[in-house]
Amino acid sequence: MLIYFLNSILFVMGLYCLIAKKHLVKKIIGMVVMEYAINLFIILLGYKDAGIPPILLPDMNKAQFVRQSVDPLPQVLVLTSIVIGLSIMALMVAISLRLYEKYKTFDMSEIRRLHG
Amino acid sequence: MENWLPIFVLAPLGMAFINLLLTKVFRHISSYLTLSVVIFLLWLSLRFLGHESFFYAVGGWPPPLGISLVWDPLSQLLILIVSIITLAVTLFALPYMQQYTAQNKFYSLYLLMIAGMNGVILTGDFFNLFVFLEIASIASYALVAFGVEAEELEASFKYLVLGGVSSSIILLGIALLYSVTGTLNMADMSNVIHQGISKNLLFFTFALFLMGFGLKSAMVPFHAWLPDAHPSAPAPISAMLSGLIIKALGIYCVARIFFVIMGIVPIIRTVLLVLGGLSMVVGVFLAVGQWDFKRLLAYHSISQMGYVMVGIGLATPLGILGGLFHLLNHAVFKSLLFLCSGAFEYTTGTRQLKQLGGLMKKMPWTGTSCSIAALSISGVPPFNGFWSKLVIIIALFQAKFYFLGAVTVFVSFMTLISFVKVQKYSLFGSLPKRLQDIKEVPALMITGMVILAILCIGLGVLYPFYGPAVLESARNILLDPNNYLRYALP
Repeated sequence: MLIYFLNSILFVMGLYCLIAKKHLVKKIIGMVVMEYAINLFIILLGYKDAGIPPILLPDMNKAQFVRQSVDPLPQVLVLTSIVIGLSIMALMVAISLRLYEKYKTFDMSEIRRLHG
Repeated sequence: MENWLPIFVLAPLGMAFINLLLTKVFRHISSYLTLSVVIFLLWLSLRFLGHESFFYAVGGWPPPLGISLVWDPLSQLLILIVSIITLAVTLFALPYMQQYTAQNKFYSLYLLMIAGMNGVILTGDFFNLFVFLEIASIASYALVAFGVEAEELEASFKYLVLGGVSSSIILLGIALLYSVTGTLNMADMSNVIHQGISKNLLFFTFALFLMGFGLKSAMVPFHAWLPDAHPSAPAPISAMLSGLIIKALGIYCVARIFFVIMGIVPIIRTVLLVLGGLSMVVGVFLAVGQWDFKRLLAYHSISQMGYVMVGIGLATPLGILGGLFHLLNHAVFKSLLFLCSGAFEYTTGTRQLKQLGGLMKKMPWTGTSCSIAALSISGVPPFNGFWSKLVIIIALFQAKFYFLGAVTVFVSFMTLISFVKVQKYSLFGSLPKRLQDIKEVPALMITGMVILAILCIGLGVLYPFYGPAVLESARNILLDPNNYLRYALP
C-alpha cells in the first residue's frame, strides 16, 4: 500500500508543479512528472511479488503460470502512454521556444496578452 | 459493408501521412486530397445510415480480448455531424487557408483531428478511446498555434496544459477501472460494473471522468482555456473546435461512459444538471460584454454546451432527446457563426465588432448566413435552435425543475440580446469609410456557409423526416444501456 501512497505523492507533486510554477520549463517538467506517476501506477497494477515474465513455455503448469505471472496488459498500455506523453512534451517544448522568441521570457506571469 | 467500419478512422489517418509525402512532389494538392477524403467520409456515413448496430473486431480478435469498433445509433448521430460539418468547413478552408504558409501541414493536422474524433466516436475499448482522444487533442493544440503569433502561442500553451491535465486524469480513471474490472472492453466492463464493484472506487472514477471530460467539454469551473483557444485558431479550426471537438471529446464521452457503460446514478444527474446550469449562465454573462466577435462566440459555446449538458443530465426521454437535438443544432450554427467571423476577418481584416458595420450590403451571402445562424442560436421560431431549446425547456418543466427551466428561458433571452448586438454592429448600421471597397468572399467559402445555413433552416422544419431515425434511436441507446451489451459483445 505504501508504494501506491508514494506514487500518489509523485502525481500530486507533478500536478502542483504544473499549475503553481510560473516558469515554462518547470511547467513542462511538472507535466512529465505527472504523466510518469500515472504510468508508474499502471505498471504497479500488474505487478506481483516474485512474479515471472508472462511468457508461457511448453513445460509450464498452466494454473501455476496464471498465479505467478505478472499482468502483461498494463505494460502494453504504458508503452503507448509513454509515446503519447513524449509527443505532448515535444509540442510543449516547441511552443515554449516559440513563446520565448515572441515574449523574450519564460515567465508565464509576464506572458499574458490575452485576458480571459 | 460491416468490414468498412475502420475506414472511418483509417482514411483520414492514412491520408494525413500520405499527404505530407505527396506534397513533397506535387506542391498544391493537399487541399484536394483533404476534400476528397472528407467527401468520401460523408458518402460512407450516408451508406452506413440506418445500418443496424454491430461491432467490428479489429485484427480478428473477438471483443473481450481484442479492440472493437462499435456502430450504434449514438455513434451514427455523431459520425453524421462530424462528416457534414467537416465537409462545409473544408470547402470554406480551401480559399481561406491561402493566406497561411505550410498548408500541407495544416491539412495533415486537420485530417488527424478528424481521424481522432471518428476513432473516439466508434471505439468500444477504453484505452483506445484515450489514444484517439489524444490524437485529436494533440492535433488541435498544434492547430490552435498554427498562426504562430504571440497570442496564438499563448492560447495554445494554456490549452495544452489544461488539456494535458485532463488527459492524464482520464487515463488515471481508466487505469483505476481496469484495476477493479480486469477488462478494458466497454461492454465487458459494463457487465462487470453491473454485477457490482466497490462503490467508493466507482465514485472516485466518476469524479475523475467528470473532471477530465468536463475539462474537454469546457463546463464552467473548467472553462478557462476555451475563450482563449477557440478564437486564436484560424477560422475553419475555430469552427471545428467549437462545433465538433468539444462535443465528440466531451459530451459524447460523458454520454457514452456515464449513461451507457456505468449506468446513470442520481448523483451524476445532479452534478450534470448543476454544471450545465452554471455553464449556461456564466457563459452567457461573460459573452454579452465581449466586442471581439470570435471571443463572444467562444463564450456562447460554453453557454450552449450547458444546454446540452442540462438536457442529457435530466435523463428523461424528452430531456435526452432535447440535449442530443441541441448538440446537432449547435454543431451546425456555431460552426456557421465561426465561419462567418472568418469571412468578415478575411475581407475586413478585423474581428472587433466596433470597427465593422453595414456588411449586409457588401457581403449579402455571408451576411444572410450570419443572420440565419444568429437567429438560430438565439432561438427564433422557424430555425433549428428554437425547437431544441423548446424541447429542453418543456422537458425541464415536465421533470418539475421549475427554477432551472426559468433560468434556461432567461439565458435564451440573454443570447438573443447578445446576437442582436452582433447583428447591429456588424451587418447593419453604416459602413465605415475604411471598408468602402470590400468585396464578397470567394465562391467556395460561400458554398460552405450556405450549406450550413440551409441546414439551420432544414433541421428544424424537417424534423419529422429524419428525427426518429437519427435522434430518437440515439436517445433509446442512452435510456436503455443494457441494449449495448446485446450488440457490442459476441
